[in-house]
Amino acid sequence: MNELNNGIPGGPILEQLAAAEDGRKVAKENAAMKNKQPIMDRETQERNTEYQELVKEVTPTHNLFLQMVKAFISGGIICMLGQFIINRALQMGADEKTAGSWCALLLILLSVLLTGFNLFSRITKFAGAGILVPITGFANGVASSAIEYQKEGQVFGIGCKIFTIAGPVILYGLMSSWVLGCIYWLWTFL
Amino acid sequence: MNGNHEDRKVPAQALGKQSIRFINPVYCIGSASVVGKKEGEGPLRDLFDVILEDDMNGCNSWEEAESTLQRDAVSTLLQKSEIRSENVRYLFGGDLLGQSIASTFGLLSFEIPYIGLYGACSTCGLSLSMGSMAVAGGFAENVICVTSSHFASAEKEFRFPLSYGNQRPLSATWTVTGSGAFLLSSSKKTGVHAAITGITTGKIVDYGLKDSMNMGACMAPAAADTILQHMKDFHAKPADYDKIITGDLGEVGKTALQDLLLQKDIDLSEQYMDCGIEIFDDDTQDTHSGGSGCGCSAVVLSALILRQIERGIWKKVLFVPTGALLSKISFNEGKSVPGIAHAVVIESC
Repeated sequence: MNELNNGIPGGPILEQLAAAEDGRKVAKENAAMKNKQPIMDRETQERNTEYQELVKEVTPTHNLFLQMVKAFISGGIICMLGQFIINRALQMGADEKTAGSWCALLLILLSVLLTGFNLFSRITKFAGAGILVPITGFANGVASSAIEYQKEGQVFGIGCKIFTIAGPVILYGLMSSWVLGCIYWLWTFL
Repeated sequence: MNGNHEDRKVPAQALGKQSIRFINPVYCIGSASVVGKKEGEGPLRDLFDVILEDDMNGCNSWEEAESTLQRDAVSTLLQKSEIRSENVRYLFGGDLLGQSIASTFGLLSFEIPYIGLYGACSTCGLSLSMGSMAVAGGFAENVICVTSSHFASAEKEFRFPLSYGNQRPLSATWTVTGSGAFLLSSSKKTGVHAAITGITTGKIVDYGLKDSMNMGACMAPAAADTILQHMKDFHAKPADYDKIITGDLGEVGKTALQDLLLQKDIDLSEQYMDCGIEIFDDDTQDTHSGGSGCGCSAVVLSALILRQIERGIWKKVLFVPTGALLSKISFNEGKSVPGIAHAVVIESC
């Protein structure tokens, strides 16, 4: 632009005109770019799919079969423990419902204690779904949140955030039991 | 305004599209590293300045503990380089927590003008870039660049409560508990052997990956983009460097980066190194893909890279910290994980 006005009197006005011209050009180019966008998008998409395939190829994953075996064994051990508690409670004279409650209660207590002593995550590394799917996993979700957010206060910390992990399970658990309850209720009319 | 065109010439230090070559080198006259227990048990254990016995560092919360990492890094740096905090013009600091609270509370007591930065795990490169620009531009004689990360506070910020049981995938990286601080200066002191001579500032690069447990792969395209642009801007080739060192790509990102660059006919295999791979030993420390976080590249730069340069083993190094620009919210809302990488040229002098 400066070269255009070299030595020409009244440079600033010409410069302004040139700048305006420049501005129009840029606007035109931008408009053209906008029209081009879909084509660029397709190129980007191809690039991205190609890269995602590459990443999939080079990313190591756990051995699914081995994970399942570990989960089966550890989940089985926890269920055995549960059955042991129920049997023991029945022996001690509790009715079936009370025995079931004892089972849930003690497994939750165990899980919360393990979480507090920072042992739960170490066990999970081996056990995976085996320990997360039973009630122990649920208890860990609640206890770990409570421990972590305790620093933020009793109300805004623990109060608000204790169910950050368990919340969805509670909400959708309640909702689906409500739906099933309704279906059962309708069923009784038939 | 239009009359001033002559004054607005492209400054002589800007180079190519995204780079700066400093006319006067910016000297790195001191550095300090503070790390947590696990890092202190890793392969670089003998090189750190301070190793914490307890990751809580005598504090009540993880966030507070991370603040003390920055505080300790800066005070160790001031002590080591025998400079008073009054003589430091700016602090360029950052961390991974929301609103950078670790820097705020860690750097509060120094009473140095503070510029807070966020570049995720690339913040170390970002702070060094900004710091050296301020020094090279004549805006400051001495500046300190400091970054930190903490495993527990990062888990809380980005993932789950610490004691929550979950299985980390093999591609996951382990956030480094540590902080690195660097003193940049326009004047060379005796015994100083490292200088920043150029930078390449990275763009936000998004290849559409959404897996936040595979950050190395999310950041590798950004690293490739910055390294490629750096080579273009400086008319350089990998062989011009003794080492090309990324921040925290880990094993997965390393493979992805080398693959991406090979497609552009750039072969890094001779010079390549990754701070995240250096800092932990996966076999004994169970860290999976490697270390990460803005403390990772910072402490490795201070403990290992600058040491090698000072000893004259490496003459010229391209240091490229990498960051994954995501938040819990962006992740939950289904956004991809874009990456960014900032390159800093460090030479022995």
